[in-house]
Amino acid sequence: MKQKLPLTICFIMGVVMIIQYFVPALNSLYDTIRFWLLVVSGFVLCLGIYSLVRVHILKIRRKAPSWGYSYVTIAGLVWMSLVGFIWGKEEGTIFMNTFFLIQVPIQSTMFSLLAFFIASAAFRAFRMKNLEAGLLLIAAIIVMIGQVPVGASFIPGIADLKEWILNYPNLAAKRGIVIGVGLGMLSTALKIILGIERSYLSGGGK
Amino acid sequence: MVTIYREIRFLTFLFFVPFFFSGILFAQDISSSFNLKAVDKPIDDGGAIEISWSLPKDINIEEIEKLELYRFDPGAAEPVKLGDLKPKQQKFTDESSDERKLRNKTPYIYQLKAIFKDGSQITSEKVEGISKIQWFEKRKFVIFIGTVLSIGLILYCIYKAKTDSNFFIRRMVVIDAIEEGVGRATEMGKPILFVSGTSTINDVATIAAINILSHVAKKCAEYGTRLIVPNKDSIVMTVQQEVVKEAYTSVGKPDAFREEDVFYITDDQMAYVAAVDGIMVREKPATNFFLGMFYAESLILAETGASTGAIQIAGTDAVTQLPFFITACDYTLIGEELYAASAYMSREPLLLGSLKGQDYLKFLIMIAILLGAILYNLGFTFLKDWL
Repeated sequence: MKQKLPLTICFIMGVVMIIQYFVPALNSLYDTIRFWLLVVSGFVLCLGIYSLVRVHILKIRRKAPSWGYSYVTIAGLVWMSLVGFIWGKEEGTIFMNTFFLIQVPIQSTMFSLLAFFIASAAFRAFRMKNLEAGLLLIAAIIVMIGQVPVGASFIPGIADLKEWILNYPNLAAKRGIVIGVGLGMLSTALKIILGIERSYLSGGGK
Repeated sequence: MVTIYREIRFLTFLFFVPFFFSGILFAQDISSSFNLKAVDKPIDDGGAIEISWSLPKDINIEEIEKLELYRFDPGAAEPVKLGDLKPKQQKFTDESSDERKLRNKTPYIYQLKAIFKDGSQITSEKVEGISKIQWFEKRKFVIFIGTVLSIGLILYCIYKAKTDSNFFIRRMVVIDAIEEGVGRATEMGKPILFVSGTSTINDVATIAAINILSHVAKKCAEYGTRLIVPNKDSIVMTVQQEVVKEAYTSVGKPDAFREEDVFYITDDQMAYVAAVDGIMVREKPATNFFLGMFYAESLILAETGASTGAIQIAGTDAVTQLPFFITACDYTLIGEELYAASAYMSREPLLLGSLKGQDYLKFLIMIAILLGAILYNLGFTFLKDWL
């Protein structure tokens, strides 16, 4: 029963969702189910917050490595909740000021790390170890030079070559992967709807 | 004197009659030139009518203050005002709502009124609109055929797999690496980090990652290796907690499961990345799994993991993130391999049968692409047009 009920619900909902894609008459049903998901998310968020608090309290109790940061996490959670509930989250409130003056710059800093990581990843990717890596390096150089206006003005025809690389070999490989992904998704969805794949149901496929 | 008055009245009558009739004619001209149309809203579940119009060319739009749209419900004496519309507006959808729910297959009459800034107004002709339910979206006919064909073929292969389980499935190096990764962590006495993407449970890639997590968790439970699963979505977290718990139970070690190791961090993308990076730097996991749907954070995670010296196994169906994983990780499941991995690891014939079905479908798609290219180059475009 523990597995049969969710599998039955999964089968019915899966089949209904496939049918509704082709039947406009069921549009409102789709919207209703999406709304249910939002309601469920709201409840499950409480579990998430419980998990977060529990993990950090345990870290503090056990004096785990860098346990001091757990105080910052819990303090941040309490602070944002309090100021949000008391003064609201309109423009100019403490909540929005904390968000824009602390969280947004930190997020931007994290995101800007990408620039450095791209450089180090590119260094690894473009080492000419074999023929394939060599071809990748040459293609990358052409695309990089062709992408910037100064490159196209110095080397005539490189912009067209870049376009050709992006629109033919690159796009062909990309579409191959996308077709495979589409079929993989379909197959996985079908296996889940039919109850063949049950690993996600904590059944370990059995 | 009386005669003079009669003449004046007669002349006045003669003078105003043309104006009177021209006024009527003029009003009729304006009414008919609104080109008001009320048609059923296409591709919906009924209860909606689309009304469109265009103002007469001889009316200066700047002189109009607003437009008013009215609906005459069947049997009702007074029309329902649907709203004040801007003069530039040229269409309105009368959709179902609690206050003004439209009945299907019922004729509704619509009329538009233009209110001028000087207080005058003109009305359009009345038009009838009927809303209907659409039971099949004709535009999706080709997709429907493709879906039926694909589902049929995969189901056939799954059915065949019940009787003939002797499938050849090409060796996937990454699957061997998963076992190797767990073994390495056990030998080093370090934990394993498993990130099931940064998307929600709605994403098939997330479910595929959770399927793989089930197998990884079993291995971890068998070897007694700590498994850390940070989550960006609280629904995914609850599912993963159950999956890992069940995996530990299935190998007879339910007490070894640590609920606090499958935890929620935040819904925020970069805050989540910062937390996971912190875990990688502090805990120094021997193996990192990045499986599922990833966005811009893929390279930040993979590069940080690489800097800690961990074996990294990644897999995603996000084409734009694949190059980053291929560059920064030791093994990568590319696209559909992510979905195939669970079947490959379980070696269950039914799951492997679906892979066979996928391969047949790929073969059919290849034929369709080749045929389409040849026919198109020969000048026959019917296949392209149909698809």
